[in-house]
Parts: sequence; C-alpha cells; structure tokens
Amino acid sequence: MLLPGNINLRLATAVWRRNFTVYRHTWLLNILPNFFEPVLFLLGMGVGLGFYVGRGMGGDYLAFIAPGLMASAAMNGASFEASWNMYIKMNFSRLYDAFLATPARMQDIAFGELMWATTRALIYGGGFLIVLIGFNVAGRPIITSWGVLIVVPVLALIGATFALMGQWYTTVINTIDLYSYYWTLFLTPMFLFSGIFFPVDDIPHGRLIAWFTPLFHGVELTRALCAGPLAWVHLGNLAYMLAVCALLMWRVPIRMSRKMVK
Amino acid sequence: MPDLAVIAKGLRKKFGDFVAVDGIDFEIARGECFGFLGPNGAGKTTTMRMIYRASPVSGGELTVLGEDAASGKKDHAIKRVVGVVPQENNLDTELSVRENLEIICRFYDLNRAQSRKRADELLDFVNLGERANDKVDTLSGGMKRRVLVARGLCGDPQLLVLDEPTTGLDPQARHNLWDRLHALKRKSATLILTTHYMDEAEQLCDRLVIMDKGKIVAAGKPRELIAKEVTPHVVEVWHNEPLPESSKELFALAKRVEQLSDRAMLYVDNAEEAVAAAARLLPNHETRVRRATLEDVFLKITGRKLAE
Ligand SMILES: Nc1ncnc2c1ncn2[C@@H]1O[C@H](COP(=O)(O)OP(=O)(O)O)[C@@H](O)[C@H]1O
Ligand SMILES: [Mg+2]
Repeated sequence: MLLPGNINLRLATAVWRRNFTVYRHTWLLNILPNFFEPVLFLLGMGVGLGFYVGRGMGGDYLAFIAPGLMASAAMNGASFEASWNMYIKMNFSRLYDAFLATPARMQDIAFGELMWATTRALIYGGGFLIVLIGFNVAGRPIITSWGVLIVVPVLALIGATFALMGQWYTTVINTIDLYSYYWTLFLTPMFLFSGIFFPVDDIPHGRLIAWFTPLFHGVELTRALCAGPLAWVHLGNLAYMLAVCALLMWRVPIRMSRKMVK
Repeated sequence: MPDLAVIAKGLRKKFGDFVAVDGIDFEIARGECFGFLGPNGAGKTTTMRMIYRASPVSGGELTVLGEDAASGKKDHAIKRVVGVVPQENNLDTELSVRENLEIICRFYDLNRAQSRKRADELLDFVNLGERANDKVDTLSGGMKRRVLVARGLCGDPQLLVLDEPTTGLDPQARHNLWDRLHALKRKSATLILTTHYMDEAEQLCDRLVIMDKGKIVAAGKPRELIAKEVTPHVVEVWHNEPLPESSKELFALAKRVEQLSDRAMLYVDNAEEAVAAAARLLPNHETRVRRATLEDVFLKITGRKLAE
C-alpha cells in the first residue's frame, strides 16, 4: 500500500517490526517505568502539592494536571525514540544502510521510525491512562467525560508530532551533545508552560505564546477529552498538530537523504 | 537485451570535485560471475553502490536488470531483485542471527512463517543453522560474513553484489565462503564481486575488470588477461647480492624483467629454455618456475607502489 509521499506501508512496517523485535526482548524491563512515573507524578504533585494549590484555585488540582501529564508522557516517549536512539541508528550503527539495500527507500525508513516512536508514545501515554482509570476505579475520579474514549488517537497524534520534531532535529545536528539544548530549551519549557500545571492565562500573553508550542494543543485536547467540555476551538488544536505533522513528514525524509545518501 | 544483467556506459561518480569513478564501461551477462579488482580507493565500492542503488549516479548510463538505474526512478524495482553483501559488516547487533534474516525477509513480501522458513533455509545454506539463536556479536569474522551472504539472499535476488566478501578472513573461512559462492554459481545466479585477492578472482570470476583511480585499466577472462598482459610463465631468480654480469644474457630471453630487492622475475613464454639458461648462467642461484597469475597482471598494470 502506498501512502502520500510515495511511502510503502509494508516496508515501513518492516522497519517498525525491527524496533518492536528489539523492544520485545526486554519489554518487561522497559514497560514498568511507564507506570512508576505517572504514579509518582500524580501522588507527588497532584496529591501533595495539590493540597496547598487546590485550596487556592478552588478545585481538584490532581484532576487538573493529570490529563496534561498524560500528554507530556506521550511527548517524552516519542522524543526519546526520535532523538538519541535515532541519532545512533543514523550515525553509528549502519542499520539504515542495511535497510536501504532492500527495496526500502528513505521515506519508508523515516515513516517506519515515525510509527515506532508513536508506538512508544502510546506505551508511555497508555501507561498513564491505565493509572488514571485505576484512580477512577479506586473511587478518586479524575476522568469525568466520555471523551476519554477517543483520547488514545489523540495521544498517538501528540506522539507523532513530537516524533517528527525530534527526527527533524536529529537530521540537523552534527553532534549528539546538542540534544541537551533540545531538552532544556524546548521540551522542558513546554512541559512547564503549556498549561499542565496552571492555566496559561495566568501569565501575560500566556495563551498567545502557548499557541505556538505544540504541547499546549495536546494538553488542551487531552484535558477536554478527560474532563470536558469539548468545543469547536479544539478542532483548531487538532489542525495545528496535523499541520506540523504534514510539514515534517515531507521534510524529514528529504533531510535524512541529504545526510545519508552520498 | 534481456541476457545482460548490467550495462554501464561512461558511468561516473563525483563526490564534490573529486571524481571517484571516471567514465567506465562494462557489460555483465546474466548467470556470470563478474569481478572488479583494484587497489584500495580504485572506486570499486562506489561502483557497487551505484549498481545496488545506494548511491546516486553522477553521469553516464547504467542499466541494471533491464531497468534504468541512473535516474533513480526505478530504485524500488531494482532493489527488489538485487541482493547486497556490503564491504562493512552492518548486521544488527541487537538481534539474533535468525532475527537478522527474518527482519530483512519481511522487506520482501514474505509473511512471518515464510520469513522464518527462508531464514532457516539460508542459515542451513551457509552452514550456520546451529547458531540461529545466538547474538551476532558472538560469531567469528568468517561466520558474520556468511550471515551477510545469507542476508543478501533473503529476497531471492537475480543478481548478488558482494563487496570484498573474503577480506580479513582466515584461509579456512575463505575457502568455506568460496564453496558457497560456487554453489550459487551452479544455481546460475549472477554474481558481481570485488576483491583484491587474485586467486579469488581466478577461482570464481568468469570475467573481470581491473580498476585503478576510477578507471578500468584492463578487462577480460582471467586466463586471457594473463595471456595478453603477461607471459604464461614466470621464472624467479633469487639472490642475496646483486646478480653478476652474466644475468644479462638470461634476461634477454624474457619478454619483461622485474627486479625486486631479493629476486628477479622473468616473464617468459618458454619456461624450459629459461630454466636451462639460468642453470647454465647462474648455477649458484635458486630459481623457481611458476604459472603467471592475475597478481602479475594486476601488479604490472597498477604498479607496485602502495595505493593511498
Ligand atoms: N562518501 C564519500 N565522500 C567522499 N569521497 C568518497 C566517498 N566514498 C568514497 N570516496 C572516495 O572515492 C574513492 C573510491 O573509493 P571506493 O569506491 O571506496 O574504493 P575501493 O572500494 O575501490 O577501495 C576513494 O578515494 C574514496 O576516498
Ligand atoms: Mg571498497
């Protein structure tokens, strides 16, 4: 099957399968931290910090931050995969040379890696979702809207957006040390100021600035889906992420070819 | 012409201003084993990479299995039927030997069960069935190279490109691999291989070209090349001190004489005559007669100085 951009889905799936096979060897070791992290965050910040903050904002702080934290978990899962892991594959391991000797072309490899990074995002975000459902079941309701039924595809979209941004950065840099900038100047500020911990309107021009950051759109969507209410404006959030994905799905294979095909 | 596997006309490759392949012409028939010989840096790998579509063509014409390879538009179709054994080991160290093959099989329309079957068949073919579950890193160099050959066969290729398949292997491992390549030849697969082992080229190649500095400097069948470029026999006269005046008369019998520090190599048509003359003129020197090899051709054409 051919996707736009002349991507062969079967070949991309073969790339995905290679990563899945490696992951499967150590899946138990890999998957557990995906549950520790949400529990720690929710207990530490939601319950602990929330005890003080909640009185100020007049609501349930745990329920306020949980959906945004889930979005950021998807962001992290995709980012790890598209940064160091992919940099090593591109620059040191010659893995892609082996793929390129098969019928696969660069766009197939890029899309297979995107599928895998999105899978990782779903594993991270899904771990979070399961913990949230656990809170609900245990009588501490965080999810209060049926919108949650479609939160998984949204987590996938968040994952794909950050996977593509990470991949693009990976094709631009010439030393692996530059990822610290990607984290400290891009991902961490977004984590702090995209409305996960406090409403973006609380700082001057906060909403305007946040509109330019991809994570904000993810947080808006996951929060609306978990706790309502859904509004037309959320289609804008969706469109923003889809537009970023479309642009980078076009650019990333071009940049990868430029870097790797000599 | 469907019986030609590869046709190159004026094929060129530039890296920036540097010309790595400088307008070469060759034709490779289906079912033949075709060799590229040459010193390091001659442009062999670059030529291979253009054939198996890992590297864009800078100029000239290149047709692979009937498809135009120069434009890059038919890469998918070409790569479907070309197998690759690269110069550098790029096996996946995070996977087992069998998984390495299974994953690559999945790139060629095979489902899980078929991939498993093909992987096991190929591991048997290269005599590595017992190591199927081992990690790649635990294999010896020769075994890794055989896994690479097996991996190159995953797509059941019509043409297999092997870039220095035996470099760095010990004699046993080389012969083991030659044996597998002979088996492939018997199945009338088209093989292209690069090597700097002359005995390998003589053993395996039906025809070959010698490359030097991006150009083809000789082409033909191994025996023909030897007949054309050098004489059938070489008489070596070994010495510790400079040879006496009387050697001049002996040298006159040779088509060409090459003087090394410890021996003189006489390229002669008639070995018996030369040996008799040597016994008469230089009775105290050790002489040896041997068949001329491709190595003599290679050294005559590309010279004795070290490349690079
Ligand atoms: N990616 C590249 N960029 C620049 N020069 C290259 C590149 N690849 C090969 N070369 C140069 O092209 C020449 C031919 O290399 P190669 O085809 O690998 O030779 P061989 O395989 O015959 O040893 C060498 O001088 C090499 O340095
Ligand atoms: Mg080479």
